Amino acid sequence: MAKKLDSTLVNMILSLLLISTVMAAALGFVYGVTKGPIEKADKQKEIQAVREVLPAFDNDPTMDSKTIEGLVFYEGKKSGQTVGCAVKTFTDKGFSGRFDLMVGFKPDGSINQIVVLEQKETPGLGTKMKEPKFKNQFNALNIANLSGKLVKVKKDGGSIDAITAATFSSRAFCDGVQKAYELYMKNFGATCPADTTSTTKGGSK
Amino acid sequence: MSNLKFFTNGLLKENPTFVLVLGTCPTLAVTTAAINGIGMGAATTFVLVFSNLLIAALKNYIPDKVRIAAFIVIIATFVTIVDLVMKAFTPDLYKTLGIFIPLIVVNCIILGRAEAFAQKNAVLPAVLDGIGMGIGFTLAITIMGAIREILGNGSIFDFRFVSQDTKTILMFILPPGAFLTYGYLIAIMNSLKRKYNL
Repeated sequence: MAKKLDSTLVNMILSLLLISTVMAAALGFVYGVTKGPIEKADKQKEIQAVREVLPAFDNDPTMDSKTIEGLVFYEGKKSGQTVGCAVKTFTDKGFSGRFDLMVGFKPDGSINQIVVLEQKETPGLGTKMKEPKFKNQFNALNIANLSGKLVKVKKDGGSIDAITAATFSSRAFCDGVQKAYELYMKNFGATCPADTTSTTKGGSK
Repeated sequence: MSNLKFFTNGLLKENPTFVLVLGTCPTLAVTTAAINGIGMGAATTFVLVFSNLLIAALKNYIPDKVRIAAFIVIIATFVTIVDLVMKAFTPDLYKTLGIFIPLIVVNCIILGRAEAFAQKNAVLPAVLDGIGMGIGFTLAITIMGAIREILGNGSIFDFRFVSQDTKTILMFILPPGAFLTYGYLIAIMNSLKRKYNL
């Protein structure tokens, strides 16, 4: 075995400096190579999620998305006509902190479909919120019809069946949906003609 | 030791999870499903092999007093590379493992092998050791993930064999189940090792 470098100050500084420089260069290279694909994958994921929560549309909603108070709004249009608005919402009340949801609203304010984006909930418990059994409870739900009440799980006096052993995740899910609804109404409510009569479900479309 | 021995060493005799009991944090945290075990194992193996290779190659140029710092820089670089590559090319897998990938940096298996093996050996044995240890780790956490997924969720590799409403032994998905499964697996490994004199 060749002799090892002695631990003199100069040797230590030089070797660490050299290793860090080479490693940083390698990282920079990999970052450059993966930057494009990562952006593409992220955008793909976004469009995919919007597509899942909205009725069929033919524009590119990610092109003119609006960000309001941390929530992102995507408007889906079919031949110029608004078919719905997807809201990327989040909650901080999850069992493991924040998770993101994509909620699709029809122009009348009722919920079309919800998908879970990023989440760190307990696998096998909180992650059940991704399954239709839980989240389909929200479909066609119009929050305006709850007469001022919030979306809540039954335990808290709402109408949603919480997931067994995952009440926290269920509550957080409701919180995210409620937040999306409120901001959607506040910012887009006026632009949707059907909202004034939001008690009639499926009014405009 | 022959080269083959360097490789098989990590599989059974010095299995990082069941015998060395290193890297228990990812072992307990990610093994809620079998697929997580494979993904985490593959990522760890990649980092392990390349960090072993580089450290074995550079061992004479790293002064003893700063070796840990140098090792960590090398390991962290490979972990970041895995992180970026997975994000770019396997976004679905990244979604499940995302938060665990950065934790590979602090996985004791990797620094442990760098300290105990790579810095004292030539490049080839170090790489073989990395592959062996990586596969040993992958096998161990995949088995653990499979057991926990079967008992706790009634499914294996996301294939559900009981109906959605069937009550499963939820505890096995939760942290206590991880410790229980881990304990039993270590006990089984030990008794097997004694029986066959490994």
